[in-house]
Amino acid sequence: MTRIIALLLLMAAAALPARAQDAFLDALPGLGGNFTAQAEAVDRLGAAGDPRALPVLRALSDGRLVKLSDGTLLVRDGAAFTNAATGAAATPAEADTQRISINNRVRVALRGALGRLQIISPDAGERLAAAEGIFRSRSADNVGLLETALARETVPRIRDQIALALAVSRLVSADPAAKMAGITALGGSASPEARSLLLESRAANPDLAGQIDAAIADIDRRLAIRRVAETAFQGLSLGSVLLLAALGLAVTFGVMGVINMAHGEFVMLGAYTTVIVQDLLRGHPTLAPWSLPLAIPAAFLVTAAIGAAMERGLVRHLYGRPLETLLMTFGVGMMIQQAVRLVFGAQNREVISPPWMQGTMLLPFDIPVTANRLWILCFSLVVFLLIVAAIRFTRFGLEMRAVTQRRPIAAAMGIRTGRVDALTFAFGSGIAGIAGVALSQIDNVSPNLGTGYIIDSFLVVVFGGVGSLAGTLIAAFGLGVINKMLEPWAGAVLAKVFVLVAVMVFIQRRPRGLFPQKGRAAEA
Amino acid sequence: MRGRRLYLDGVSVVFDGFRALNNLALVVEPGEMRAVIGPNGAGKTTMMDVITGKTRPTSGVVTFGDLDLTRMDEASIANLGIGRKFQKPTVFDALTVFENLELALKAPRGPVACLRWHLAGAGRTRIEEVAAEIGLTERAHDRAGILSHGQKQWLEIGMMLMQDPDLMLVDEPVAGMTDAETEHTARLLARIAGRHSVVVVEHDLEFVRALGCKVTVLHEGTLLSEGSIDHVQNDPRVVEVYLGR
Amino acid sequence: MSATTLHAPPLSRTRLGLRALMGAAVVILAAFPLLNMLPQDNVLHVSDFLVSVSGKWICYAILALSLDLAWGYAGILSLGHGAFFALGGYAMGMHLMRLIGPRGVYGHPTLPDFMVFLGYQELPWYWLGFQSFPFAMLMVLLVPGVLALVLGWLCFRSRITGVYLSIITQAMTYALMLAFFRNDMGFGGNNGFTDFKELLGMPLNTGAARATLFYASLLTLVGCYLFCLWMTGTKYGRVLTAIRDAENRVRFLGYDTTSHKLFAFVASAMMAGLAGALYVPQVGIINPGEFSPGNSIEAVIWVAVGGRGTLVGAVLGAFSVNGLKTWLTSAAPDLWLFVLGALFVAVTLFLPKGLVGLIQGRGK
Ligand SMILES: Nc1ncnc2c1ncn2[C@@H]1O[C@H](COP(=O)(O)OP(=O)(O)OP(=O)(O)O)[C@@H](O)[C@H]1O
Ligand SMILES: [Mg+2]
Repeated sequence: MTRIIALLLLMAAAALPARAQDAFLDALPGLGGNFTAQAEAVDRLGAAGDPRALPVLRALSDGRLVKLSDGTLLVRDGAAFTNAATGAAATPAEADTQRISINNRVRVALRGALGRLQIISPDAGERLAAAEGIFRSRSADNVGLLETALARETVPRIRDQIALALAVSRLVSADPAAKMAGITALGGSASPEARSLLLESRAANPDLAGQIDAAIADIDRRLAIRRVAETAFQGLSLGSVLLLAALGLAVTFGVMGVINMAHGEFVMLGAYTTVIVQDLLRGHPTLAPWSLPLAIPAAFLVTAAIGAAMERGLVRHLYGRPLETLLMTFGVGMMIQQAVRLVFGAQNREVISPPWMQGTMLLPFDIPVTANRLWILCFSLVVFLLIVAAIRFTRFGLEMRAVTQRRPIAAAMGIRTGRVDALTFAFGSGIAGIAGVALSQIDNVSPNLGTGYIIDSFLVVVFGGVGSLAGTLIAAFGLGVINKMLEPWAGAVLAKVFVLVAVMVFIQRRPRGLFPQKGRAAEA
Repeated sequence: MRGRRLYLDGVSVVFDGFRALNNLALVVEPGEMRAVIGPNGAGKTTMMDVITGKTRPTSGVVTFGDLDLTRMDEASIANLGIGRKFQKPTVFDALTVFENLELALKAPRGPVACLRWHLAGAGRTRIEEVAAEIGLTERAHDRAGILSHGQKQWLEIGMMLMQDPDLMLVDEPVAGMTDAETEHTARLLARIAGRHSVVVVEHDLEFVRALGCKVTVLHEGTLLSEGSIDHVQNDPRVVEVYLGR
Repeated sequence: MSATTLHAPPLSRTRLGLRALMGAAVVILAAFPLLNMLPQDNVLHVSDFLVSVSGKWICYAILALSLDLAWGYAGILSLGHGAFFALGGYAMGMHLMRLIGPRGVYGHPTLPDFMVFLGYQELPWYWLGFQSFPFAMLMVLLVPGVLALVLGWLCFRSRITGVYLSIITQAMTYALMLAFFRNDMGFGGNNGFTDFKELLGMPLNTGAARATLFYASLLTLVGCYLFCLWMTGTKYGRVLTAIRDAENRVRFLGYDTTSHKLFAFVASAMMAGLAGALYVPQVGIINPGEFSPGNSIEAVIWVAVGGRGTLVGAVLGAFSVNGLKTWLTSAAPDLWLFVLGALFVAVTLFLPKGLVGLIQGRGK
C-alpha cells in the first residue's frame, strides 16, 4: 500500500520541475517591485519549492540582491555577481547597481519562505531541521513543497522525516484520499509525535476512526520494539564498559587468584596515558589524529610495566595470603592515585575524541547511538577475543595455564614460574590500561576515575565464574542489560543498588558463579 | 555396646567425570572394628569424606542408624557421634594442646553455651587422661603450632577421643610414627573398639594384622574383597591389585 | 601424670605490660576534659581541639575493637564496617534531628528542615519513635545488628569467605552510600543531618556537653574492651580463633560455625553502631560520605597497624594512625595518602602482627 503511494508520489514528482521552473521565473521579477509585490513574490517562491529560489531569497534577506536599471536582478557575493534568474556570472557597471531594500512585512514573508525552502537546501542538517519544523507546523499548504522535496531527497533519514511531515500535512488537508494516505503513512512511522497527532485528529475525523486506531496500534508496536532495542543497546554499551574494566581482573584474579585492588588505578593510569599521548602528539600534522589508537599500546606498556614491577616487588611475597594481598594492593592503589593527583592535578583532564568517534548514528529501529559508545562496544569485543586468543594459542598462554593449574609440575617441566607470574600479572594490568584508553572517551579523566570500577569488575568476574573468560563476557553484558532494564522504573542509583544486591544473592546460590571452573583446583 | 550401624550402599562420587567411588557398599556394625586398605587413590579418604558430609555422593545411600547422612551438614554429623582423624593432621595452631582438647571435649556446641562454658572437674580429668594417653601431658600448654608432625598426629587422635564418638573414622593413624608408637596406637584402638565402632584406613599391613579385625579392600572406588586379613591377603584379585602392576 | 601440670600458665609479662599501658592511657584520657578547664597559660592545659579530636579517636578505637573482633578473632575481614558505624550514626542523627523540634530554619514543629524543603507533608513511618532516646539507642544497636545478621547469614551459610566476603561487604557499604545519597530515602540526601541542638536536655555547644560525650565514649570504649576481653577469654573466643585458622576442621568437631561467626559478626556490628552513635553528636554532622568504602578500609588499617587478634592492638592502632593522620593532614596534607598507602604495604609485608607484635617480639 505504502509502496504504491510512494510510487504515485514519485510519478507526480517527475512531472513537477517543468511547472516549478515557470513558477520561479514568473515570481522572480516581483522581488524588484514595491513591498507588497515583494512579499507576494517571496510567498510564491517559497511555495514553489525551487532550489534556485534559495540563494536569491537569502541574498534579499541579507541585502545582497541588487537591481539593474533594466530590471535584471543580480545576487552579489563579495565582489562577484550572478544573475538571479539564470545563475550566470555578471559584471554590471558599479553605478548601475541598486540595492533592493525590504520592510518588516517582507522580512516576515522571507522568514517563512526560507524556513520552508531549507527543505531543499544543499546542507543535509538544514534539510532535516526544516523537515522537522514543517512536521511540527502541520499545515496543509506544504503538501506541494514536501512532494517536491521528497522527490529530490536522497538521504534516507531525511526522506523519512520529510515523508512524515508530508503525511501530517495530508492528514490536516481537506481531501479525504490525501487524509487516508496521511494516516497510513503516519501509521508506518515510529514517532510519538505522529501518535499524538493521530490521536488528536481522531475527534475531527469520526469516519476514519477505525483506520486511525489501527495506525496508532501500529505505531505503538513499533515504539515498543524500539524501546526494547534501545534498552538492549544501552545495556550492551554499559556491559562493554563493565567488560573492559573486568577483563584485566579476570586475568589477575580469575586466572592467578591474586586480588588486585589497585586494578581501578591501572584503568585510571591507562586513561592518563591517553591524555599524555594526545598532548605529546598535539600539533604533529600526521600523527595527531592517530593519538587515540596510538595510546592503546602505550597504555598497555605503561600499566603492564607497573604491574610487573608491582608483582615482582610486592605481590609475590604475599602469595597464598589473599587478605593481605587485598590490603597491600589497596595501599598501592592509594599511592598511585595520590601521585597522579599531585602530578596532574585533581581536576578533570580533557580528552579529545577523534572525528570518527564523534556524533550520533542511527541503528535499525531508529535507535540513536553515540559513535563512541558503538566503538567501545566493538573494541571491548576485540580485546576480549585477543585475550582469549592469547591465552589459548600462544606459548605464554600455555605456560600461564600450566603454572596456575599445577605450579610444582610446571616448575619441574622447566617453566620459570616466577617469570610467568610476573608476565601474567603484567598482562592483566596492561589490559586494565587498555580499558582506561577506552573509558577516557566516556568518563571524566580524573585521579579517582578507577575508584568505582573495582567493585563492579569484581562482581562481574565472580558472577561469571572465577577463571572463566566466557563467563566474564556474559556476566558483563548480562549485568549491563539488567541494570538498564531496571533503570526506567528504579532510577539509575537504585538500579545499581538492586544489581549489587542481586549479585550478592546470586553468589549465595552459586558461590562459584555462572560458569564454575571444575575440578579440585577451584576448591582451594 | 552402643551406637548405630553405618550403612553405605551403591555410593558413587564423580569428580568432573572421574569416579572416585563407584557403587561402593559397606556395613559397619555397632562396636565393630574395621580396617580398610587399598592402593593410593582407591577412594578410602573419599569414602570418609562422604560419611562425614565433606563430599556429597553423586548417588547412593549413606545412613547411620536410621538417619540419612547425605542430608546433613558436617557439624550435625559430628554431633551424631561420628568423629574423624584426618589423613593430614589439622590442629588449631594458635591454641594450646590443652585448648585443642578442650574444644573437642563433648559439650554443648552453641555460641552462648560456649560463652558460659566452665571447665568442670570431670571435663578437666578427661582432658588430663587423654593428654596422658597421647603422651602430650608435658606439652599441654604449648601452642599446637610448634608440635612435630608426629605429635600433631597424636593430638588429632586425642581430639577424636575427646569427642567420645560412637563411630571413629581413623585415616592413616600411624603414618610417620615409630614402631613403638605404632604398637601403642594399635593397643589404643583395640581398647576403644567394642565400646565404639572404629573404621581404620591404613597402608601398614603389619599394623592391620595387629588390629585383628575384619578387613575391607577398596580398589578404584569399589569394594574388591572383604574378610579376615589372611583371607584378603590370599585373594588373587587383591594380590593382583597390589603386586600385579 | 599429675594434675598440677595442667594449670594454665600465667599471662606473659609483655601482655600484662600492654594492659597496664592501656589502663594508664585511659586514666590520662580521662583527665583531658578536666585539664581543659585549666587556664590557657597553664602548662597542663589541654586545648579544646585536643579534647574534641581525642573524643573522635575514642569512637574510632571502639570501631577498631569491633573490627578486630570480626577480623582478628573470627577471621571475617569486613571491608564494610564503616556502614555499621554510619548506620549507628544515622540512628543517633535521627534522634538529634527530632530533638531540634520547631527550632529549625523553617520552624516546622515536627519535620526536620530538609523534609520541609523537599516538600514532605508528614514524617515517614521509619522516623516515628526516634524522638525517644531509649528507642533511638535501641535502633543504634538493632539496625546494624539486623543488617549484619542478614548479610552474615546469607554469606556464612553459603560458606563465602576470604576476599569474596570482603568484597561483598565493600559492595554493601558502597550500595548503602549510593542509596543514602538519594533525597527520596528520607535521610537528607548528600547533606545528611547537621545543626543539632541538644541531647538528653543538654545543649550540644557547651563545654559540659562535650565533656559528657567524651566520658560517655571513654566509658563505652572501656566497656567494649572489657566485653571483648571477656568474650575472647571464654571457650567461645577459642572457637572463634579455631574458626579463623581452620574453619572446616571446626565443623568436624561438631560446631556449627555459621552461628558462631554470625554471633561475633552481629556483636561486632552493634559495637560499630554504638561507636557511630557516639561519634555523630561530637562532630555535629552525619552524611552519606561516612559509608564510603575508603572509610571502612581505613579502619582495617588501624587494626592491622596495631596488631590484629589482640584487643590492645586495635585500640593502639586506632589512636596511633589517627594521631599520625591529624598531624600529617595539617603538616603535609599531600603526603597523608602516600603515608596511608605505604602503611598498608608496610604492615602487610613487614609487620603482619602490627605494633603489638613488634613490642612482644622485643619483650621475648
Ligand atoms: N575434590 C576432588 N576433586 C577431584 N578429584 C578428587 C577429589 N577428591 C579426591 N579426588 C580423587 O579421587 C581419588 C581418590 O582419592 P582418595 O583421597 O579418596 O584416595 P585414598 O584412597 O585416600 O588414597 P591415599 O592412600 O593416597 O590417601 C584420587 O584419584 C583423587 O585424585
Ligand atoms: Mg587417603
